[in-house]
Amino acid sequence: MSTSKPHGYQPKRIPSQVFLVILCVYFLIPLWWLLVASTKSNPDLFVSSSGPLWFSGHFSFFANLSGLSTYSNGIYWRWLGNSLLYAFVGGIGATTISVLAGYGFAKYNFKGRGFVFALVLGSVMVPATALVLPLFMMFSKLSLINTIWAVILPSLLSPVGTYLIRVYCQEALPDELMDAARVDGASEFRTFWSVSIPQLRPAIVTVLLLSVVATWNNFFLPQIMLSSSKLWPITVGLNYWLTHSSVGSTSEQVWNLVVSGAFVSIVPLIVAFLFLQRYWQSGLTLGSLK
Amino acid sequence: MSAITTGAAPRASLAKLRQRRDRWGWLFIAPFLVVFIVFLVAPLGYAFWLSLWQKGLVGGARFTGLYNYVRVFTDPVFLQGLRRVAYYVLVMVPIQIGLATIIAMILDTLTTKLARLSRLLVFLPYAVPAMIGALMWSFLYSPNFGPITGLFKQFGLTAPNILAPDNIFGALVNVVTWQWVGYYMIIIFSALKAVDPSLYEAALLDGASTTQTAIHVKLPLIVPSLIMCTVFSLIGTLQFYTEPTILRAAAPSAIPVTYTPNMYAANVAFSRGLFNYASTIAFSLGIIVFIGSYLFLFLTRKQSGLK
Repeated sequence: MSTSKPHGYQPKRIPSQVFLVILCVYFLIPLWWLLVASTKSNPDLFVSSSGPLWFSGHFSFFANLSGLSTYSNGIYWRWLGNSLLYAFVGGIGATTISVLAGYGFAKYNFKGRGFVFALVLGSVMVPATALVLPLFMMFSKLSLINTIWAVILPSLLSPVGTYLIRVYCQEALPDELMDAARVDGASEFRTFWSVSIPQLRPAIVTVLLLSVVATWNNFFLPQIMLSSSKLWPITVGLNYWLTHSSVGSTSEQVWNLVVSGAFVSIVPLIVAFLFLQRYWQSGLTLGSLK
Repeated sequence: MSAITTGAAPRASLAKLRQRRDRWGWLFIAPFLVVFIVFLVAPLGYAFWLSLWQKGLVGGARFTGLYNYVRVFTDPVFLQGLRRVAYYVLVMVPIQIGLATIIAMILDTLTTKLARLSRLLVFLPYAVPAMIGALMWSFLYSPNFGPITGLFKQFGLTAPNILAPDNIFGALVNVVTWQWVGYYMIIIFSALKAVDPSLYEAALLDGASTTQTAIHVKLPLIVPSLIMCTVFSLIGTLQFYTEPTILRAAAPSAIPVTYTPNMYAANVAFSRGLFNYASTIAFSLGIIVFIGSYLFLFLTRKQSGLK
Protein backbone atom coordinates (compact mmCIF):
# COMPACT_ATOMS: atom_id res chain seq x y z
CA MET A 1 0.00 0.00 0.00
CA SER A 2 2.40 2.58 1.19
CA THR A 3 5.36 1.52 -0.93
CA SER A 4 5.05 4.00 -3.78
CA LYS A 5 3.76 7.49 -4.24
CA PRO A 6 -0.02 7.70 -4.03
CA HIS A 7 -1.53 7.09 -7.44
CA GLY A 8 -4.25 9.27 -8.76
CA TYR A 9 -2.63 12.15 -6.91
CA GLN A 10 -0.38 13.20 -9.73
CA PRO A 11 -1.74 16.35 -11.32
CA LYS A 12 -0.24 17.25 -14.67
CA ARG A 13 2.01 19.89 -13.11
CA ILE A 14 2.05 22.01 -16.25
CA PRO A 15 4.19 24.83 -14.75
CA SER A 16 6.86 22.32 -13.74
CA GLN A 17 6.88 20.75 -17.20
CA VAL A 18 7.20 24.14 -18.88
CA PHE A 19 10.03 25.03 -16.51
CA LEU A 20 11.83 21.81 -17.44
CA VAL A 21 11.50 22.52 -21.16
CA ILE A 22 13.04 25.97 -20.64
CA LEU A 23 15.85 24.39 -18.62
CA CYS A 24 16.56 21.83 -21.33
CA VAL A 25 16.80 24.58 -23.94
CA TYR A 26 19.08 26.68 -21.73
CA PHE A 27 21.46 23.83 -20.98
CA LEU A 28 21.54 22.66 -24.59
CA ILE A 29 22.06 26.00 -26.35
CA PRO A 30 25.84 26.29 -25.95
CA LEU A 31 26.36 22.66 -26.96
CA TRP A 32 23.99 23.01 -29.90
CA TRP A 33 25.81 26.17 -30.97
CA LEU A 34 29.15 24.33 -30.76
CA LEU A 35 27.84 21.44 -32.88
CA VAL A 36 26.53 23.83 -35.53
CA ALA A 37 29.62 26.05 -35.47
CA SER A 38 31.97 23.11 -35.92
CA THR A 39 30.45 22.58 -39.38
CA LYS A 40 31.29 26.11 -40.49
CA SER A 41 34.28 27.62 -42.25
CA ASN A 42 36.12 30.61 -40.81
CA PRO A 43 34.19 33.30 -42.75
CA ASP A 44 30.87 31.50 -42.19
CA LEU A 45 31.35 31.76 -38.44
CA PHE A 46 31.15 35.55 -38.71
CA VAL A 47 28.43 36.23 -41.21
CA SER A 48 26.00 33.62 -42.24
CA SER A 49 22.49 34.21 -43.39
CA SER A 50 21.23 31.31 -41.30
CA GLY A 51 22.49 32.82 -38.05
CA PRO A 52 24.86 31.32 -35.46
CA LEU A 53 22.36 28.73 -34.27
CA TRP A 54 21.68 27.10 -37.62
CA PHE A 55 23.79 25.39 -40.30
CA SER A 56 25.10 27.46 -43.19
CA GLY A 57 24.89 26.43 -46.83
CA HIS A 58 28.11 24.48 -47.00
CA PHE A 59 29.21 21.79 -44.65
CA SER A 60 32.84 22.33 -43.61
CA PHE A 61 33.14 19.92 -40.71
CA PHE A 62 35.54 17.58 -42.54
CA ALA A 63 37.53 20.50 -43.89
CA ASN A 64 37.88 21.69 -40.27
CA LEU A 65 38.94 18.22 -39.18
CA SER A 66 41.69 18.10 -41.77
CA GLY A 67 42.64 21.62 -40.69
CA LEU A 68 43.09 20.30 -37.17
CA SER A 69 45.38 17.59 -38.54
CA THR A 70 47.58 19.93 -40.57
CA TYR A 71 47.72 23.23 -38.66
CA SER A 72 51.01 23.40 -36.68
CA ASN A 73 51.77 19.85 -37.83
CA GLY A 74 48.61 18.48 -36.31
CA ILE A 75 49.56 19.48 -32.76
CA TYR A 76 45.85 19.36 -31.90
CA TRP A 77 45.83 15.56 -31.78
CA ARG A 78 48.87 15.64 -29.59
CA TRP A 79 47.05 17.92 -27.14
CA LEU A 80 44.12 15.54 -27.11
CA GLY A 81 46.48 12.61 -26.51
CA ASN A 82 48.14 14.52 -23.65
CA SER A 83 44.76 15.19 -22.05
CA LEU A 84 43.93 11.49 -22.25
CA LEU A 85 47.29 10.54 -20.78
CA TYR A 86 47.05 12.98 -17.87
CA ALA A 87 43.41 12.15 -17.16
CA PHE A 88 43.89 8.40 -17.16
CA VAL A 89 47.23 8.15 -15.39
CA GLY A 90 46.17 10.80 -12.87
CA GLY A 91 42.66 9.39 -12.50
CA ILE A 92 43.67 5.75 -12.11
CA GLY A 93 46.48 6.70 -9.72
CA ALA A 94 44.22 8.91 -7.61
CA THR A 95 41.54 6.22 -7.49
CA THR A 96 43.98 3.51 -6.43
CA ILE A 97 45.38 5.67 -3.65
CA SER A 98 41.90 6.74 -2.52
CA VAL A 99 40.55 3.18 -2.45
CA LEU A 100 43.48 1.96 -0.34
CA ALA A 101 43.24 4.90 2.05
CA GLY A 102 39.44 4.96 2.32
CA TYR A 103 39.45 1.24 3.08
CA GLY A 104 42.22 1.65 5.65
CA PHE A 105 40.35 4.45 7.39
CA ALA A 106 37.06 2.56 7.40
CA LYS A 107 38.16 -0.91 8.39
CA TYR A 108 41.17 -0.60 10.70
CA ASN A 109 40.95 1.07 14.06
CA PHE A 110 44.62 2.03 14.31
CA LYS A 111 46.01 4.58 16.74
CA GLY A 112 45.90 8.12 15.39
CA ARG A 113 43.18 7.32 12.89
CA GLY A 114 40.89 10.10 14.10
CA PHE A 115 43.61 12.71 13.84
CA VAL A 116 44.80 11.71 10.39
CA PHE A 117 41.27 11.55 9.07
CA ALA A 118 40.53 15.01 10.44
CA LEU A 119 43.51 16.21 8.36
CA VAL A 120 41.98 14.61 5.27
CA LEU A 121 38.65 16.31 5.92
CA GLY A 122 40.37 19.62 6.49
CA SER A 123 42.26 19.31 3.22
CA VAL A 124 38.98 18.98 1.33
CA MET A 125 38.67 22.68 2.13
CA VAL A 126 42.10 23.63 0.80
CA PRO A 127 41.30 24.96 -2.65
CA ALA A 128 43.13 23.11 -5.42
CA THR A 129 44.13 26.30 -7.17
CA ALA A 130 45.59 27.72 -3.97
CA LEU A 131 48.11 24.90 -4.36
CA VAL A 132 49.04 25.68 -7.96
CA LEU A 133 51.53 28.47 -7.30
CA PRO A 134 53.11 26.78 -4.26
CA LEU A 135 53.48 23.60 -6.31
CA PHE A 136 55.05 25.61 -9.09
CA MET A 137 57.63 27.12 -6.70
CA MET A 138 58.45 23.71 -5.26
CA PHE A 139 58.58 21.93 -8.62
CA SER A 140 60.83 24.56 -10.11
CA LYS A 141 63.32 23.88 -7.30
CA LEU A 142 63.08 20.16 -8.15
CA SER A 143 63.35 20.79 -11.92
CA LEU A 144 59.99 19.14 -12.50
CA ILE A 145 58.54 22.17 -14.27
CA ASN A 146 57.59 21.56 -17.89
CA THR A 147 57.43 17.79 -17.54
CA ILE A 148 54.36 15.58 -17.60
CA TRP A 149 54.95 14.82 -13.91
CA ALA A 150 54.21 18.40 -12.95
CA VAL A 151 50.62 17.77 -14.03
CA ILE A 152 50.21 14.09 -13.15
CA LEU A 153 51.71 13.96 -9.66
CA PRO A 154 49.56 16.67 -8.01
CA SER A 155 46.40 15.07 -9.43
CA LEU A 156 47.11 11.89 -7.45
CA LEU A 157 45.79 13.59 -4.34
CA SER A 158 42.03 13.17 -3.91
CA PRO A 159 40.75 13.79 -0.38
CA VAL A 160 37.15 13.75 -1.65
CA GLY A 161 37.68 10.35 -3.27
CA THR A 162 39.18 8.98 -0.05
CA TYR A 163 36.24 10.33 1.90
CA LEU A 164 33.69 8.77 -0.46
CA ILE A 165 35.38 5.37 -0.38
CA ARG A 166 35.53 5.43 3.41
CA VAL A 167 31.81 6.16 3.70
CA TYR A 168 30.99 3.47 1.15
CA CYS A 169 33.14 0.91 2.99
CA GLN A 170 31.39 1.69 6.26
CA GLU A 171 27.94 1.32 4.74
CA ALA A 172 28.26 -1.41 2.14
CA LEU A 173 31.07 -3.65 3.32
CA PRO A 174 30.12 -5.74 6.36
CA ASP A 175 32.94 -6.73 8.75
CA GLU A 176 31.51 -10.27 8.88
CA LEU A 177 32.37 -10.76 5.22
CA MET A 178 36.01 -9.85 5.89
CA ASP A 179 36.13 -11.97 9.04
CA ALA A 180 34.87 -14.98 7.10
CA ALA A 181 37.77 -14.64 4.70
CA ARG A 182 40.21 -14.23 7.59
CA VAL A 183 38.93 -17.37 9.29
CA ASP A 184 39.63 -19.16 6.04
CA GLY A 185 43.23 -18.07 6.44
CA ALA A 186 43.32 -15.20 3.95
CA SER A 187 45.92 -12.50 4.61
CA GLU A 188 44.83 -8.87 5.01
CA PHE A 189 45.83 -8.03 1.44
CA ARG A 190 44.13 -11.12 0.09
CA THR A 191 40.95 -10.21 1.98
CA PHE A 192 41.16 -6.71 0.54
CA TRP A 193 41.81 -7.90 -3.00
CA SER A 194 39.40 -10.79 -3.40
CA VAL A 195 36.65 -10.03 -0.89
CA SER A 196 36.44 -6.27 -0.44
CA ILE A 197 37.33 -4.92 -3.90
CA PRO A 198 34.45 -6.70 -5.68
CA GLN A 199 32.02 -5.23 -3.14
CA LEU A 200 33.38 -1.75 -3.69
CA ARG A 201 33.08 -1.76 -7.47
CA PRO A 202 30.32 0.89 -7.79
CA ALA A 203 32.21 3.25 -5.50
CA ILE A 204 35.46 2.66 -7.39
CA VAL A 205 33.88 3.44 -10.77
CA THR A 206 32.34 6.63 -9.37
CA VAL A 207 35.59 7.85 -7.83
CA LEU A 208 37.43 6.99 -11.05
CA LEU A 209 34.88 8.99 -13.03
CA LEU A 210 35.20 11.97 -10.68
CA SER A 211 38.99 12.01 -10.71
CA VAL A 212 39.33 11.46 -14.47
CA VAL A 213 36.96 14.38 -15.04
CA ALA A 214 38.84 16.56 -12.56
CA THR A 215 42.17 15.97 -14.32
CA TRP A 216 40.65 16.22 -17.80
CA ASN A 217 39.13 19.60 -16.90
CA ASN A 218 42.33 20.94 -15.39
CA PHE A 219 43.35 24.32 -16.76
CA PHE A 220 45.16 26.46 -14.19
CA LEU A 221 47.72 23.82 -13.16
CA PRO A 222 48.92 22.78 -16.65
CA GLN A 223 48.78 26.38 -17.85
CA ILE A 224 51.21 27.39 -15.12
CA MET A 225 53.40 24.26 -15.19
CA LEU A 226 53.90 23.62 -18.90
CA SER A 227 55.63 26.07 -21.20
CA SER A 228 56.31 23.66 -24.05
CA SER A 229 53.30 23.47 -26.35
CA LYS A 230 54.03 19.80 -27.03
CA LEU A 231 53.06 18.93 -23.46
CA TRP A 232 49.88 20.96 -23.27
CA PRO A 233 46.54 19.32 -22.64
CA ILE A 234 43.64 20.31 -24.87
CA THR A 235 42.34 23.04 -22.54
CA VAL A 236 45.62 24.98 -22.54
CA GLY A 237 46.15 24.44 -26.27
CA LEU A 238 42.71 25.73 -27.23
CA ASN A 239 43.18 28.74 -24.96
CA TYR A 240 46.41 29.53 -26.85
CA TRP A 241 44.58 29.40 -30.19
CA LEU A 242 41.74 31.46 -28.77
CA THR A 243 43.95 34.27 -27.49
CA HIS A 244 45.98 34.26 -30.69
CA SER A 245 42.86 34.47 -32.81
CA SER A 246 41.66 37.39 -30.69
CA VAL A 247 44.79 39.51 -30.91
CA GLY A 248 46.65 38.10 -33.90
CA SER A 249 46.73 39.07 -37.56
CA THR A 250 44.19 37.62 -40.00
CA SER A 251 46.45 34.73 -40.94
CA GLU A 252 46.63 33.70 -37.29
CA GLN A 253 42.88 33.65 -36.87
CA VAL A 254 41.84 30.05 -36.62
CA TRP A 255 38.34 30.50 -35.16
CA ASN A 256 37.09 27.46 -37.07
CA LEU A 257 39.82 25.30 -35.56
CA VAL A 258 39.13 26.61 -32.04
CA VAL A 259 35.46 25.76 -32.42
CA SER A 260 35.74 22.38 -34.13
CA GLY A 261 38.65 21.45 -31.86
CA ALA A 262 36.53 22.23 -28.80
CA PHE A 263 33.67 20.19 -30.24
CA VAL A 264 35.80 17.11 -31.01
CA SER A 265 37.42 17.26 -27.57
CA ILE A 266 34.18 17.16 -25.59
CA VAL A 267 32.60 14.27 -27.52
CA PRO A 268 34.46 11.41 -25.77
CA LEU A 269 33.57 12.53 -22.24
CA ILE A 270 29.94 13.24 -23.09
CA VAL A 271 29.63 9.77 -24.63
CA ALA A 272 31.27 8.23 -21.57
CA PHE A 273 28.79 10.04 -19.32
CA LEU A 274 25.84 8.81 -21.34
CA PHE A 275 27.07 5.24 -20.99
CA LEU A 276 27.98 5.50 -17.32
CA GLN A 277 24.73 7.14 -16.25
CA ARG A 278 23.91 4.62 -13.59
CA TYR A 279 27.13 5.42 -11.76
CA TRP A 280 26.80 9.16 -11.51
CA GLN A 281 23.04 9.00 -11.07
CA SER A 282 23.24 6.48 -8.26
CA GLY A 283 23.24 7.54 -4.64
CA LEU A 284 26.98 7.60 -4.29
CA THR A 285 27.53 11.28 -3.85
CA LEU A 286 28.17 13.40 -0.83
CA GLY A 287 24.47 14.17 -0.80
CA SER A 288 23.46 10.80 0.52
CA LEU A 289 25.64 11.18 3.58
CA LYS A 290 24.44 11.94 7.00
CA MET B 1 33.56 -19.46 19.74
CA SER B 2 35.84 -21.14 22.25
CA ALA B 3 37.77 -17.91 22.76
CA ILE B 4 34.69 -16.32 24.22
CA THR B 5 33.91 -19.14 26.66
CA THR B 6 37.34 -20.04 27.97
CA GLY B 7 37.98 -16.97 30.05
CA ALA B 8 40.20 -13.94 30.36
CA ALA B 9 43.56 -14.96 28.92
CA PRO B 10 42.42 -15.84 25.41
CA ARG B 11 40.21 -12.78 25.34
CA ALA B 12 43.20 -10.58 26.07
CA SER B 13 45.17 -12.22 23.28
CA LEU B 14 42.24 -11.72 20.95
CA ALA B 15 42.30 -8.03 21.73
CA LYS B 16 46.04 -8.02 21.08
CA LEU B 17 45.49 -9.79 17.77
CA ARG B 18 42.96 -7.18 16.87
CA GLN B 19 45.33 -4.40 17.77
CA ARG B 20 48.09 -6.00 15.68
CA ARG B 21 45.74 -6.35 12.77
CA ASP B 22 44.65 -2.73 13.07
CA ARG B 23 48.20 -1.65 12.38
CA TRP B 24 47.59 -2.76 8.80
CA GLY B 25 45.55 0.41 8.51
CA TRP B 26 48.76 2.43 8.32
CA LEU B 27 49.92 0.34 5.39
CA PHE B 28 46.70 1.01 3.49
CA ILE B 29 46.80 4.75 4.06
CA ALA B 30 50.58 5.02 3.52
CA PRO B 31 50.46 5.92 -0.22
CA PHE B 32 47.83 8.56 0.49
CA LEU B 33 49.89 10.01 3.34
CA VAL B 34 52.96 10.26 1.11
CA VAL B 35 51.03 12.08 -1.62
CA PHE B 36 49.33 14.24 1.00
CA ILE B 37 52.62 15.33 2.55
CA VAL B 38 54.56 15.76 -0.68
CA PHE B 39 51.91 17.52 -2.78
CA LEU B 40 49.94 19.40 -0.15
CA VAL B 41 51.82 19.96 3.09
CA ALA B 42 55.25 20.51 1.50
CA PRO B 43 54.21 23.04 -1.18
CA LEU B 44 52.12 24.99 1.34
CA GLY B 45 55.01 24.99 3.76
CA TYR B 46 57.43 26.05 1.06
CA ALA B 47 55.12 28.83 -0.11
CA PHE B 48 54.83 30.08 3.45
CA TRP B 49 58.62 30.01 3.78
CA LEU B 50 59.02 31.96 0.54
CA SER B 51 56.45 34.49 1.70
CA LEU B 52 58.72 35.41 4.60
CA TRP B 53 61.46 36.64 2.25
CA GLN B 54 61.89 39.44 -0.15
CA LYS B 55 64.11 39.65 -3.15
CA GLY B 56 66.56 42.52 -2.81
CA LEU B 57 67.52 44.83 -5.63
CA VAL B 58 71.16 43.83 -5.32
CA GLY B 59 70.54 40.10 -5.61
CA GLY B 60 70.00 37.73 -2.75
CA ALA B 61 66.90 37.48 -0.62
CA ARG B 62 66.25 39.27 2.62
CA PHE B 63 64.26 37.78 5.49
CA THR B 64 61.40 40.14 6.15
CA GLY B 65 59.14 38.09 8.39
CA LEU B 66 55.48 38.87 8.05
CA TYR B 67 56.11 42.11 6.15
CA ASN B 68 54.73 40.64 2.90
CA TYR B 69 51.44 39.93 4.66
CA VAL B 70 51.17 43.53 5.80
CA ARG B 71 51.74 44.47 2.16
CA VAL B 72 49.11 42.05 0.83
CA PHE B 73 46.37 43.17 3.16
CA THR B 74 47.00 46.81 2.33
CA ASP B 75 47.44 46.15 -1.40
CA PRO B 76 44.45 47.85 -3.11
CA VAL B 77 44.62 45.50 -6.12
CA PHE B 78 44.46 42.38 -3.95
CA LEU B 79 41.69 43.84 -1.78
CA GLN B 80 39.70 44.85 -4.83
CA GLY B 81 39.99 41.34 -6.25
CA LEU B 82 38.95 39.92 -2.89
CA ARG B 83 35.91 42.20 -2.70
CA ARG B 84 35.03 41.18 -6.23
CA VAL B 85 35.06 37.43 -5.50
CA ALA B 86 33.18 38.08 -2.24
CA TYR B 87 30.50 39.80 -4.32
CA TYR B 88 30.47 36.80 -6.66
CA VAL B 89 30.02 34.52 -3.64
CA LEU B 90 27.03 36.57 -2.43
CA VAL B 91 25.31 36.44 -5.80
CA MET B 92 26.47 33.21 -7.40
CA VAL B 93 26.29 30.75 -4.50
CA PRO B 94 22.60 31.37 -3.67
CA ILE B 95 21.65 31.29 -7.37
CA GLN B 96 23.46 27.99 -7.94
CA ILE B 97 22.26 26.21 -4.82
CA GLY B 98 18.74 27.63 -5.09
CA LEU B 99 18.34 26.63 -8.71
CA ALA B 100 19.88 23.21 -8.11
CA THR B 101 17.46 22.62 -5.22
CA ILE B 102 14.38 23.65 -7.20
CA ILE B 103 15.38 21.45 -10.16
CA ALA B 104 16.14 18.48 -7.90
CA MET B 105 12.78 18.89 -6.11
CA ILE B 106 10.86 18.93 -9.40
CA LEU B 107 12.79 15.96 -10.79
CA ASP B 108 12.15 14.09 -7.55
CA THR B 109 8.37 14.32 -7.91
CA LEU B 110 8.08 13.93 -11.67
CA THR B 111 8.75 10.58 -13.31
CA THR B 112 8.05 11.60 -16.89
CA LYS B 113 10.38 11.10 -19.86
CA LEU B 114 10.88 14.85 -19.89
CA ALA B 115 12.10 14.73 -16.29
CA ARG B 116 14.64 12.01 -17.11
CA LEU B 117 15.84 13.94 -20.14
CA SER B 118 16.17 17.13 -18.08
CA ARG B 119 18.22 15.36 -15.43
CA LEU B 120 20.64 14.26 -18.13
CA LEU B 121 20.85 17.63 -19.89
CA VAL B 122 21.24 19.67 -16.70
CA PHE B 123 24.14 17.46 -15.63
CA LEU B 124 25.82 17.32 -19.04
CA PRO B 125 27.89 20.53 -18.60
CA TYR B 126 29.77 18.73 -15.82
CA ALA B 127 31.33 16.56 -18.54
CA VAL B 128 32.52 19.71 -20.35
CA PRO B 129 35.75 21.32 -19.11
CA ALA B 130 35.14 24.74 -17.54
CA MET B 131 37.60 26.15 -20.08
CA ILE B 132 35.40 25.00 -22.97
CA GLY B 133 32.19 26.06 -21.20
CA ALA B 134 33.60 29.57 -20.91
CA LEU B 135 34.81 29.43 -24.52
CA MET B 136 31.33 28.54 -25.82
CA TRP B 137 29.66 31.31 -23.86
CA SER B 138 32.26 33.86 -24.94
CA PHE B 139 31.34 33.10 -28.56
CA LEU B 140 27.62 33.30 -27.79
CA TYR B 141 28.15 36.66 -26.05
CA SER B 142 30.31 38.04 -28.82
CA PRO B 143 28.77 40.74 -31.05
CA ASN B 144 30.67 39.24 -34.00
CA PHE B 145 29.86 35.55 -33.54
CA GLY B 146 26.85 35.31 -31.27
CA PRO B 147 23.13 35.33 -31.98
CA ILE B 148 22.34 38.43 -29.94
CA THR B 149 23.24 41.04 -32.56
CA GLY B 150 21.08 39.33 -35.19
CA LEU B 151 18.21 38.81 -32.80
CA PHE B 152 18.01 42.48 -31.82
CA LYS B 153 18.41 43.58 -35.45
CA GLN B 154 15.26 41.68 -36.37
CA PHE B 155 13.32 43.96 -34.08
CA GLY B 156 15.20 47.01 -35.25
CA LEU B 157 17.08 47.41 -31.96
CA THR B 158 20.76 47.73 -31.15
CA ALA B 159 22.04 44.82 -29.15
CA PRO B 160 23.58 45.40 -25.72
CA ASN B 161 27.23 44.38 -25.50
CA ILE B 162 27.31 41.61 -22.93
CA LEU B 163 31.09 41.78 -22.86
CA ALA B 164 31.11 45.45 -21.80
CA PRO B 165 32.51 46.23 -18.31
CA ASP B 166 29.03 46.89 -16.90
CA ASN B 167 27.67 43.55 -18.00
CA ILE B 168 30.60 41.22 -17.43
CA PHE B 169 29.54 40.36 -13.89
CA GLY B 170 26.23 38.89 -15.02
CA ALA B 171 27.92 37.24 -17.99
CA LEU B 172 30.31 35.37 -15.70
CA VAL B 173 27.56 34.44 -13.23
CA ASN B 174 25.69 32.86 -16.14
CA VAL B 175 28.73 30.86 -17.33
CA VAL B 176 29.39 29.44 -13.87
CA THR B 177 25.71 28.69 -13.25
CA TRP B 178 25.46 26.79 -16.54
CA GLN B 179 28.62 24.86 -15.73
CA TRP B 180 27.94 23.81 -12.14
CA VAL B 181 24.22 23.71 -11.35
CA GLY B 182 23.93 20.14 -12.68
CA TYR B 183 26.62 18.86 -10.33
CA TYR B 184 24.93 20.31 -7.25
CA MET B 185 21.56 19.17 -8.57
CA ILE B 186 22.76 15.55 -8.71
CA ILE B 187 24.07 15.72 -5.13
CA ILE B 188 20.79 17.20 -3.85
CA PHE B 189 18.73 14.85 -6.01
CA SER B 190 20.36 11.76 -4.55
CA ALA B 191 19.83 13.14 -1.05
CA LEU B 192 16.14 13.50 -1.87
CA LYS B 193 16.04 9.95 -3.18
CA ALA B 194 17.39 8.80 0.18
CA VAL B 195 14.46 10.39 2.05
CA ASP B 196 12.05 7.76 3.39
CA PRO B 197 8.79 8.13 1.37
CA SER B 198 6.64 7.33 4.42
CA LEU B 199 7.75 10.68 5.86
CA TYR B 200 5.96 12.72 3.21
CA GLU B 201 3.23 10.35 2.07
CA ALA B 202 1.25 11.12 5.20
CA ALA B 203 1.47 14.83 4.45
CA LEU B 204 0.36 14.26 0.87
CA LEU B 205 -2.60 12.17 1.99
CA ASP B 206 -3.56 14.92 4.42
CA GLY B 207 -3.95 17.15 1.43
CA ALA B 208 -0.67 19.05 1.49
CA SER B 209 0.45 20.20 -1.95
CA THR B 210 3.67 18.90 -3.49
CA THR B 211 5.19 22.34 -2.99
CA GLN B 212 4.23 22.39 0.68
CA THR B 213 5.63 18.91 1.20
CA ALA B 214 8.80 19.90 -0.57
CA ILE B 215 9.36 22.95 1.62
CA HIS B 216 8.18 21.64 4.99
CA VAL B 217 9.08 17.96 4.89
CA LYS B 218 11.83 17.33 2.36
CA LEU B 219 13.88 20.50 2.59
CA PRO B 220 14.77 20.15 6.30
CA LEU B 221 15.89 16.58 5.64
CA ILE B 222 18.41 17.47 2.94
CA VAL B 223 20.03 20.39 4.75
CA PRO B 224 23.34 18.51 5.25
CA SER B 225 23.84 18.08 1.52
CA LEU B 226 22.80 21.69 0.88
CA ILE B 227 25.54 22.73 3.28
CA MET B 228 28.10 20.53 1.52
CA CYS B 229 27.12 22.01 -1.86
CA THR B 230 27.33 25.53 -0.44
CA VAL B 231 30.85 24.88 0.84
CA PHE B 232 31.98 23.50 -2.52
CA SER B 233 30.43 26.42 -4.32
CA LEU B 234 32.00 28.88 -1.87
CA ILE B 235 35.47 27.36 -2.30
CA GLY B 236 35.11 27.28 -6.09
CA THR B 237 33.97 30.89 -6.32
CA LEU B 238 36.66 32.35 -4.05
CA GLN B 239 39.34 30.84 -6.26
CA PHE B 240 37.72 32.03 -9.48
CA TYR B 241 40.26 31.75 -12.30
CA THR B 242 39.41 29.75 -15.42
CA GLU B 243 36.23 31.48 -16.58
CA PRO B 244 37.43 35.09 -16.29
CA THR B 245 40.75 34.11 -17.89
CA ILE B 246 38.99 32.65 -20.94
CA LEU B 247 36.47 35.49 -21.24
CA ARG B 248 39.34 37.96 -21.08
CA ALA B 249 40.31 37.01 -24.65
CA ALA B 250 36.99 38.44 -25.84
CA ALA B 251 36.65 41.21 -23.25
CA PRO B 252 40.13 42.48 -22.36
CA SER B 253 38.86 45.90 -21.28
CA ALA B 254 36.19 44.49 -18.95
CA ILE B 255 38.41 41.89 -17.29
CA PRO B 256 41.84 43.15 -16.21
CA VAL B 257 44.62 40.62 -15.54
CA THR B 258 44.14 41.28 -11.83
CA TYR B 259 40.39 40.60 -11.86
CA THR B 260 40.47 37.90 -9.15
CA PRO B 261 43.08 37.18 -6.44
CA ASN B 262 44.16 34.00 -8.25
CA MET B 263 44.64 35.87 -11.53
CA TYR B 264 46.53 38.56 -9.64
CA ALA B 265 48.84 35.99 -8.03
CA ALA B 266 49.61 34.37 -11.39
CA ASN B 267 50.22 37.79 -12.90
CA VAL B 268 52.55 38.88 -10.09
CA ALA B 269 54.52 35.64 -10.45
CA PHE B 270 54.83 35.30 -14.21
CA SER B 271 54.58 38.80 -15.63
CA ARG B 272 56.44 40.59 -12.88
CA GLY B 273 58.63 37.80 -11.55
CA LEU B 274 57.83 38.57 -7.90
CA PHE B 275 57.67 35.00 -6.64
CA ASN B 276 57.89 35.82 -2.94
CA TYR B 277 55.00 38.23 -3.17
CA ALA B 278 53.00 35.81 -5.35
CA SER B 279 53.50 33.12 -2.72
CA THR B 280 52.16 35.53 -0.13
CA ILE B 281 49.04 36.20 -2.21
CA ALA B 282 48.44 32.48 -2.86
CA PHE B 283 48.96 31.60 0.77
CA SER B 284 46.72 34.42 2.01
CA LEU B 285 43.95 33.41 -0.37
CA GLY B 286 44.24 29.79 0.72
CA ILE B 287 43.96 30.81 4.37
CA ILE B 288 40.96 33.04 3.68
CA VAL B 289 39.16 30.25 1.80
CA PHE B 290 39.98 27.74 4.51
CA ILE B 291 38.81 30.02 7.31
CA GLY B 292 35.71 31.01 5.35
CA SER B 293 34.58 27.46 4.69
CA TYR B 294 35.54 26.31 8.18
CA LEU B 295 33.57 29.14 9.71
CA PHE B 296 30.58 28.30 7.56
CA LEU B 297 30.73 24.64 8.57
CA PHE B 298 31.15 25.64 12.21
CA LEU B 299 28.13 27.93 12.15
CA THR B 300 25.98 25.30 10.47
CA ARG B 301 27.29 22.35 12.46
CA LYS B 302 23.94 21.78 14.15
CA GLN B 303 22.08 21.64 10.86
CA SER B 304 24.64 19.57 9.02
CA GLY B 305 25.15 17.04 11.78
CA LEU B 306 28.93 17.30 11.38
CA LYS B 307 30.91 17.18 14.57
